[in-house]
Amino acid sequence: MKMEIPARSENESFVRVVVAAFVARIDPTLEELNEVKTAVSEAVTNCILHGYDCSEEGIVWIIAMLEGNKLSVEIEDRGKGIADIERAREPLYTDKPELERAGMGFSIMENFMDELYVESSPGKGTRIKMFRTFGKKSWENH
Amino acid sequence: MQVKLIRRKNGLIVRLDGELDHHTATVFRDVVDKELAKNLVQNLVINFDNLTFMDSSGIGAILGRYRLVKAKGGKMVFCGVSKHIRKILQLGGLLTIIAICSDENKALASLM
Repeated sequence: MKMEIPARSENESFVRVVVAAFVARIDPTLEELNEVKTAVSEAVTNCILHGYDCSEEGIVWIIAMLEGNKLSVEIEDRGKGIADIERAREPLYTDKPELERAGMGFSIMENFMDELYVESSPGKGTRIKMFRTFGKKSWENH
Repeated sequence: MQVKLIRRKNGLIVRLDGELDHHTATVFRDVVDKELAKNLVQNLVINFDNLTFMDSSGIGAILGRYRLVKAKGGKMVFCGVSKHIRKILQLGGLLTIIAICSDENKALASLM
C-alpha cells in the first residue's frame, strides 16, 4: 500500500485509519491496532511539525507492506531533516516546547513497534521505517 | 473532536469526545484555556470516556493545562481512562503526577 498526503494536520487521522484498514485482514487485536495507529500518528506528526515546520506545504509518503503477519511501515518527508537523530530519539527531548510538545513521539513508536529505524539528511528529509509482528506480544510484555 | 465543559462547585469537568491528536489538540487547549481564564474554577477533571484515540500531542496538551491549573493552585484528576489511553498517559509520565478516578463523581469528590 502506498499513499501520499499533503502535510496538513487534518490528514493525520486519515492516514491512521488507512493503515488500520490495511492490517485488518490479518485480524489484529484491538490493542495491536491501537498501538500501530498511535505509532503511525507520531511519525506523520513528526513529518508535518518538524520536517515541514507546520508550513502546510510538502508531501508525506506512506508505504505499508504485510509479509505474513509482519507489518512494515515507511513514512517519509522531504523537509528539513534531523541534524542529531540520537538526541531527537531521547525521551522528553523536543525542539518545540513552545508548541507544548511532549517529546514522546519516538518513545511511543519504539514502545509500540518491534523495530524502528530513522534515516535523515539535513535539508533533504527524513524517512522512518518501523516493523511490527502481530499475534506476538503486547506492550505490557516489553 | 468535541470538548464539553461542565462547571461544578469543585471544579471544571472536561469531557473529551473523539480523537485527541496534533490536529485537535488546539481545540482542546483553546476551549479549556478560555474557561480557565475566567477564574471561576481552580480544579480540572478530564473525562476520557468517549475519547477513542490519543497520541503524544495529547500528552503535551494535557501537560500544558496541568501547568496552568497548578500555577493557579488547583488540581487535575482523570476519569474514564481506557486501557489504551492509560498506556499513553503512563508513557508520558502523567500518571506519576495525576490521579485516576473511576468516574466524574469520584473525581469531583477527590477534589473536596
